[in-house]
This record gives sequence, structure tokens and C-alpha cells, in this order.
Amino acid sequence: MNKKLILDQDLLKLTVSRLCQQLIENHANFSASVLLGLQPRGIFLANRIAAELGKELKKDINLGYLDITFYRDDFRRRDTPIVANETQIDFIIENKRVILIDDVLYTGRSVRAALDAMIAFGRPAEVELLVLINRKYGRDLPIEPKYVGRTVNTLESQRVDVGWSEQGKRKDNVWLVNKA
Amino acid sequence: MSELSVNHLLGIKNLTYDDLQLIFEIADQFKEVINRPIKKVPSLRDITIANVFFENSTRTRLSFELAEKRLSADVINFSSSSSSVKKGETLLDTVNNILAMKVDMIVMRHPSPGAPHFLAKHIKANIVNAGDGTHEHPTQALLDTFSIRSKHTSFEGLKVAIIGDILHSRVAISNIFALKKLGAEVMVCGPNTLIPKFIHTLGVQVELDVMKALQWCDVANVLRIQLERQQIKYFPSTREYSLYYGINKAMLDSLDKEITIMHPGPINRGVELASDVADSDHSIILDQVENGVAIRMAVLYLLASVRSNQ
Repeated sequence: MNKKLILDQDLLKLTVSRLCQQLIENHANFSASVLLGLQPRGIFLANRIAAELGKELKKDINLGYLDITFYRDDFRRRDTPIVANETQIDFIIENKRVILIDDVLYTGRSVRAALDAMIAFGRPAEVELLVLINRKYGRDLPIEPKYVGRTVNTLESQRVDVGWSEQGKRKDNVWLVNKA
Repeated sequence: MSELSVNHLLGIKNLTYDDLQLIFEIADQFKEVINRPIKKVPSLRDITIANVFFENSTRTRLSFELAEKRLSADVINFSSSSSSVKKGETLLDTVNNILAMKVDMIVMRHPSPGAPHFLAKHIKANIVNAGDGTHEHPTQALLDTFSIRSKHTSFEGLKVAIIGDILHSRVAISNIFALKKLGAEVMVCGPNTLIPKFIHTLGVQVELDVMKALQWCDVANVLRIQLERQQIKYFPSTREYSLYYGINKAMLDSLDKEITIMHPGPINRGVELASDVADSDHSIILDQVENGVAIRMAVLYLLASVRSNQ
């Protein structure tokens, strides 16, 4: 299996900082804005961003985890059921500016499900999408991110692996992997 | 583990430890869903489920129906009292007629033990047993153990007493299977006439003195006396039963520990449970009802997702 490093630990740190600055530019002090990390893998990025924003703005940022399992459109089209993760949203998103956060954007189907899932918690004033890696080709739905860590050109035969130290990895790394 | 080992939920007997854990895990998520302002998810939106009840039920039927609706499934209801069963139609014909209307899953309660097993052999749809005679009531056992799980950290070494009419209780049998698989110790307690003869072969202790059972256990699951199933008299009177086997506050207060009180409902207040016990902090009876919806959502969700593999 051959793979290529897209982002290493240092670059990733810089990227997250830049994303935070862009968010602050648009959301000022985050008084009416909330972050929603998508389960299972978007939450690591969401945690990092919330922590960095918190440090920068010297306040607690509203951060929730959204699980999309029950809203997916490939239910009963897979070989095995998808096991759900925890949804944890301790605030109301009615009239809030929501920033959805995921690690990789590819077909856009997860984001579609997330939009559906999010509505169960109220009607947000605005929804934006932030992703660490935007896979340029292969979108099935008209969904585009507003904040992007890195855009990469990928083939269908490739996969993007995002590894976080929080997951027990030695270092944060983002790889582009050729599927066998 | 992300898949059940079975295509039908016929009884707890056929499930593995991993199956139980998977169902609990999914039910945890559904419990969060049903506590949201919008309690509905679209998972089963292309599935039609028939609730086929050949025996009376309020709680189980409502709970299943609510679970199905929370999952966005289409639901049809059938009860034998208002149907062609009265005109002599066989079970298989009745169900095949329902399936001909393109139904994907059948939730069935039937007075004959083994009826859902028979059905599962002869038809294609997924079957969920909602109680078959005095045999099994798997979703009740799942919600009971799920409720115990949220109150006690581990099943390992946990002592659970099942008290009351064990002989006629499908809840007792399913609970015994589930608790044993999860690693709990189980005791059954009731008048000698209401303890099945071979119950010890399931690996449970038998106790005739209710006070001793209460002293032994961490959780007491109290069952109703099923007078409608009793063709002969197993004890002189309900008053006498209540005197010897009814649980009241004074009995619980005399214990040197706190025990959890459960009841699958419907309660006969003043017979097996005094009101001051049923409504006390010890009782998790209403939690059981809430958990019932979440557990049934999990079961339907997991079974429905297997179907596309067939």
C-alpha cells in the first residue's frame, strides 16, 4: 500500500490556526455561533478548533457532537448495520449560526445527513461547513465547504486517512492512501 | 460487532452476549433521540411493519407502535378480536395475507408458545416476538436488563430476584436467559405451586420465602399474578398471596441495603406490590416503560438493516 503525506503535525497545527482566524473574521466573538462536530471523526477537529477559539477569545465556545447514523441515505444498502455514536448537544441551535465540522468532504452525503439531523435541534439562522480536507472530485450532491484546510485532487481508488493523537496515534497526520 | 447474529427476534435464548451489548449500545442512542424536542429519525422510512396481536396488550403494543413511528416506519395494526381469525383462518394464511400487501416486518404476540418460531420458518419477513404464550417476551427482558444496566454499573455478580408467578411468566423466562448471559445471578421466588418444576435447569436458585429473596438480591423484578392464565387455583386467595408474597415499604425498610424494584406492568396495586413501593424512589417502573421504546427502536433498527442482505 503506497501513501502520501498531505499534512504533517506542524502543518496541521498551522492549518487549524488559520481556520480559527477565518472563523473569528466571520463570527467575531461567537456570541451567536456554535460548533457542531460530526461523529465519529469530525469531533477531533471540532475539539481542536473549539479549544483554540476558546484560548483566542478567552471564553467557552458552544461545541456539540452530532451523530448522523439514523439519517444516512445508505441504510439497508450496506452489508452491515452502521453503529451509532453519541449525539451530545447541550444548547439550542434555534436562530444560532451553526458551523458544521468534519474531517473529510467527499461525496457530500454525510453533510446532507447532518443537515437533516441538525434540524431536530431547532432552526438555525445560518449553517456553514468547515472541513479539514476537501476532496475536489467525486461530489454526489451540490454541497461545498466555506472553510477548507486543504483541497486535494483525488481518485476514486484513493482514500484520505486523518489520524489524530487523541485517537492514540503517535502524531497527527493526514495521508492520501491508494486503496489496494 | 455491528450486526446481530439473528434475522428474527424470537427469544433471548437465541441471542449472544454480543447481540445484547449491541442492542444496548444502539438503544442508548435512541434514548437520546426520544428525549429531543423532535423525537423522530428517518431510518426506517421505506419499511412497513405490521403489529399482529392475537392477545390483548396495551403497553407493549403502544411501545412498539411508538418505536416504529419514531423510526418513520409505516405501521399497520391488526388484532385478532376484530379479524377473520374469528372466521377460522389459519395463522399462516392470516400472516401471508398481510405480507401480500408488501409488509417487511411482523411484530407478533400470540397465545401459543412457539408461534413466532413457526412463522419464521415459513415466511420471509423479519419476525419480532412480542410475547408467545408462557414462553418468551424478548423485548421485555431487553428493556428490563437495559434498565438495570443504567442503574447498576455491572451485571457481573449482580443478584436479581424474580418474584411472583414464574410458572405463567414469559417475562421471567426471557429475563432469566438475558440475565444469565450478561453474567448476573438469578433467583426465582414465589409460592411452590407457581415455580416451574424444572426451573433449576436454567441455572437459577429457588427461594420460597420472599423476605429471604429480598435480603439476597440487589434488584427485585416483581411479576403480576396472571389470573387469566390460571385454569386451576394455585393459591387459596389473592389476599393470602398478597399477605405472603406482597412487597411493602416496611419490608424494604427492614433491609440493611437499598434494592431496586422493577415490575413489567400492569401492576396489581396491593397484591404483589404496595402503592408506597411502586411509587417510591426504589422503583424504576416508569424508567422501564421509557426504556421500552428505545430498546424496541434498537431491535427494529438492527433487524431492518440486516434484511437487505438476504
